[in-house]
Amino acid sequence: MDADQQEERFDEDTSTQETYEGLTGLYSRRFILKGAAATGAVAATGPDFWLRAVRASGVDRSEAPPAVQIAPPTDTETEITLTVNGQAQLLTVDNRSTLLDVLRERLGLTGTKKGCDHGQCGACTILLDGRRVNSCLVFAVAHDGAQIITVEGLADGDRLHPLQQAFIARDAFQCGYCTPGQLCSAVGMLGEAAQGWPSAVTTGPGPAGALSADEIRERMSGNLCRCAAYPNIVAAITDVAQRNEAAS
Amino acid sequence: MKQFSYIRATGARAAVRAYAAATVPAMYLGGGTNLTDLMRLGVAEPELLIDVSGLPDDQILGRRGGGLRIGAAVRNSDAAAHPLIRRDYPVLSQALLDGASGQLRNMATIGGNLLQRTRCAYFQDVTKPCNKRELGSGCPAITGDNRYLAILGHSDLCVATHPSDMAVALAVLNAVVTVEGPGGQRTIPIPGLHRLPGADPTRDTVLQPGELIVAVDLPALPDAARSVYRKVRRRASFSFAVVSVAAVLKLDGNSQIRDCRIALGGVAAAPWRATQAELALRGVPATEANFAAAAEAELSAARPLGENGYKVPLARDVLVRTLTDLAEAA
Repeated sequence: MDADQQEERFDEDTSTQETYEGLTGLYSRRFILKGAAATGAVAATGPDFWLRAVRASGVDRSEAPPAVQIAPPTDTETEITLTVNGQAQLLTVDNRSTLLDVLRERLGLTGTKKGCDHGQCGACTILLDGRRVNSCLVFAVAHDGAQIITVEGLADGDRLHPLQQAFIARDAFQCGYCTPGQLCSAVGMLGEAAQGWPSAVTTGPGPAGALSADEIRERMSGNLCRCAAYPNIVAAITDVAQRNEAAS
Repeated sequence: MKQFSYIRATGARAAVRAYAAATVPAMYLGGGTNLTDLMRLGVAEPELLIDVSGLPDDQILGRRGGGLRIGAAVRNSDAAAHPLIRRDYPVLSQALLDGASGQLRNMATIGGNLLQRTRCAYFQDVTKPCNKRELGSGCPAITGDNRYLAILGHSDLCVATHPSDMAVALAVLNAVVTVEGPGGQRTIPIPGLHRLPGADPTRDTVLQPGELIVAVDLPALPDAARSVYRKVRRRASFSFAVVSVAAVLKLDGNSQIRDCRIALGGVAAAPWRATQAELALRGVPATEANFAAAAEAELSAARPLGENGYKVPLARDVLVRTLTDLAEAA
């Protein structure tokens, strides 16, 4: 969703306003007049937004939600919309916030884990616009409008994702801290293989049939497991890869 | 992390204009796989990020008359999987796939990959002196833990290595980088983009402030030329090169070398084009003995540090093995 489509912007001081053709974002200090249509989503994002919100004059403050609100973001904060596990979230984020911190600290989705916080362990892996990424290295502000799936979004109601079931069946964890990242990474990885993406151990045109253990190990090398449950993780992913192959 | 403002550029020229107009220290943001971390570590402290990850330069296009143009915003994983790159430039696909992890390749851009900073532990630790971070503060790596640092082209001020695998492959493909700058566009060949430390290790490349990489052009390889990338690292996957070799080889019908291009990774602050080895191999038979002599010719210039002497025979052996395999496959 393009936030610009919902907003009408007013310059705080047009005399000092600099504009750059081909740029979006709140480079200079601006007020944003938000339409009433957005207030439902705003209300769902929690109280901190409301602390920042300044209601337009003339609105009865005793009644919520107001028809119109004006939020003055600073240069270092930005309003973004994220769709997380199918649910739209309107947030004002400090530009320094990573998606990992937004998911955990703002949205309460603590399934995504902070391991190394340097992109080296994979515990924070999520699916961002369909691709697996390290959420610790992604500034949320750079992903306005993104579709995100976290480990909380893998299951279909009470029905676990096949990879979740396979991890249980194969006992593919000990402490479990890396497991949400392993699961999201495996979901993304199987999608990449299904598209024919090669890996460093791929010989020939691309992965034909179910992935070998070597392929799975190489493709999952961005996810560390300090308990070293690797044999069972590979077995669990192999089960699902073979089932997918048989079904295709 | 220092606070920063953020803007998203929708075009390269707009991004360059925004950089020029910035009144605070600005940086371009690509995939963020390195810059985000450097900001968290306090190594990079931009007060304005100009996001160029969404620029329209995100295509891989065949060029009339052969060759390929890769937009700077193309993700590493897309480039590695692209059918034309896999078919015509296997060295590049392999180098990309040997780099980082599946997650990071999904994020990292081609332009950003070229401009990533060294992973020298001292550079990344702001509590330690580092001439690359702060010229004149000193280089503890020269007498410290330098197991994974440079053996070629280093100076008394800095012994860091460039971490990119992709850049090593581009060095044997005679790739050309197109850069958008305040004065318009210019092109820079690889090698030639990255610079050796010399008297100023703070500058990794010849780019001027505000210049933005917008594309990488690959000329067509000669018919029947083969290319390969081989990387040695501390574990089987997801680790930076200790030593790597990119090579292009073309033989004639009598197994004489017609064209040979070699670059080494993990040994210098820039992808190291092995011009001495190439010279030694011009027109000679593709034999293991000739490859060994060529490797010696190149590595006679090596100046290993206290703890990385092993890199010299390692680079020699990897170079010889890579070229021998390539010649046999030809």
